[in-house]
Amino acid sequence: MKNKLIELKDLTKNFDDQQVLRGINLDIYENEFLTLLGPSGCGKTTTLRIIAGFEEPSSGEVLFNGIEISKLPPYKREINTVFQKYALFPHLNVEDNIAFGLNLKKVDKSVIAQKVGRMLKMVGLEGFEKRDVTLLSGGQQQRVAIARALVNEPKVLLLDEPLGALDAKIRKNMQSELKKIQREVGITFIYVTHDQEEALSMSDTVVVMNNGEIQQIGSPTDIYNEPENRFVAGFIGESNIIEGHMLQDFLVEWDGFRFECVDKGFPENEEIEVVLRPEDLDIVSPDKAQITGKVISVTFKGVHYEILVETEYRTYMVHTTDYAEVGRKVGLSLGPEDIHVMWKMGAY
Amino acid sequence: MGMSRVKKNPRFAGFYLGLMFFIMYLPIAVVVVFSFNESKLPVAFTGFSTIWYEKLFQNDAMLEALVNSLILGCLSTFISAVIGTMGAVGLSKIRWRSKGAMEYLSILPLMIPEIILGMVLMAFFYMLGLPFGMLTLLIGHTIFCVPYILMEVKARLSGMDPALEEAARDLGATSFRAFLDITLPLCMPAVLSGSLLAFAMSMDDVVITIFINGPRVSTLPVKVYTQIKTGVTPEINALCTIMLGVTLLVLGASALVKRINKTGENADEKQAH
Repeated sequence: MKNKLIELKDLTKNFDDQQVLRGINLDIYENEFLTLLGPSGCGKTTTLRIIAGFEEPSSGEVLFNGIEISKLPPYKREINTVFQKYALFPHLNVEDNIAFGLNLKKVDKSVIAQKVGRMLKMVGLEGFEKRDVTLLSGGQQQRVAIARALVNEPKVLLLDEPLGALDAKIRKNMQSELKKIQREVGITFIYVTHDQEEALSMSDTVVVMNNGEIQQIGSPTDIYNEPENRFVAGFIGESNIIEGHMLQDFLVEWDGFRFECVDKGFPENEEIEVVLRPEDLDIVSPDKAQITGKVISVTFKGVHYEILVETEYRTYMVHTTDYAEVGRKVGLSLGPEDIHVMWKMGAY
Repeated sequence: MGMSRVKKNPRFAGFYLGLMFFIMYLPIAVVVVFSFNESKLPVAFTGFSTIWYEKLFQNDAMLEALVNSLILGCLSTFISAVIGTMGAVGLSKIRWRSKGAMEYLSILPLMIPEIILGMVLMAFFYMLGLPFGMLTLLIGHTIFCVPYILMEVKARLSGMDPALEEAARDLGATSFRAFLDITLPLCMPAVLSGSLLAFAMSMDDVVITIFINGPRVSTLPVKVYTQIKTGVTPEINALCTIMLGVTLLVLGASALVKRINKTGENADEKQAH
């Protein structure tokens, strides 16, 4: 079993009269790649800054290995940060940037040189020791920032939207590289992003936040397939969100249709919301499905078509590789495992 | 680009500009030229000579005033560099509602008429019972030098990513260490260009100085001013030329440092993208 490394307990934070964190409870484990995901202003960066020690929580506790650290200054924490715009020191070269932390700790010069060399090799910048950091490309600066943090051998690395300033192609490369580095050094990464695709592809655990509150904690698959509420479902990927009733365990109803599902544990006749992922819906002939409607728009998306089907009650979005022309009458088929039942927002 | 071709530079634009520069720089040019004049009378240029420069350097009172000015300029610049930089760092850190007022107050000495500042200082030192001399001059000059340095450093700090200092603290530096290792070296060019400006201001101040200099200590500009009362000699022309040269040199250096400073800021910006 993995060990708990950081525990956040009832964390709140107010700036002036604005509450940006409203009671955050979160356990972070050793060796975990955890992502705080949410729209801007959701409190993810503030949470990260509290863990780093740049902000003090208004109330609540931050435990590190069971010890309360929320009043500890950043330089006493075994945590390092990769900043959004890297924050490399422009008056120091690559080597001196990376060695900054070790120099403060009065580490032996030869040891420093060795460690800096090893770090540069890990991030793929061998021989860059004497380069001017302001003349490096965004991707290279990013790597220096990672090396500068990791050379101190922290227990936790915090990354604040580190790929935000890079263009799409480099970003993709860096995503897999970051994951590789995390496996190599074997420490906890806490990653902040607003990019759901980035969060899903890199993380062990995703924490979806909105409005200063945690909406859901889970593995990327859980978050995607079993969103707990409308916000998570809407934020993670595209989806059809439909209001309905849970008639009994494993039986859900909307628009007068009844479907078998895999969800249980809701009170009888509870008002719920159903998430249908566009790629889970299939277009079939009208006589083979309960839900029928008319194609009103078709957009080619590269791998699939995005087809909008209008029924008597609502419009469904379908992602499929099969083509159906506008105006055709179609049926929509779905199986029990394609239906995800959520509590209504605010009801839990 | 097509526009500038259609609209040709009218000939009188050059004439206007020339006229302006002529009016602005004629007195300066005349003084510089006549400082090399052989004749004592400022009516005709009779021949090139450096005699007035030689005479100037034999004038002990003048040299003593120059030394006073240099000492005063260096000391007051140094002290105000320390105070101004601390003030700018303080201003950049506060999150008070009164921040705007604080910023305004910090550069107010530049906007108060010099004669008022001079009178206020004189009255203040008199109340304290301080003997008028080098000490009162030093305090007075420091007061009007601080804003020049503060303004430069403040501008530099506001363009600096606050994450830089956080990064230093994150990597194990105390706040003080982060300031010493990161913030201070990065605003050094601004401290330098502000200091050169302040030095130039201290070197040429007359109004405040005559209120607080006391009977025994005289600075160069004050000396010149008192000499002129007994008649303009070509010696004064020579002195003016030298001071003009020094001032241009200092201002040029300040501009140069500022330009290097700017390139540094551009690099920061490039880093952000």
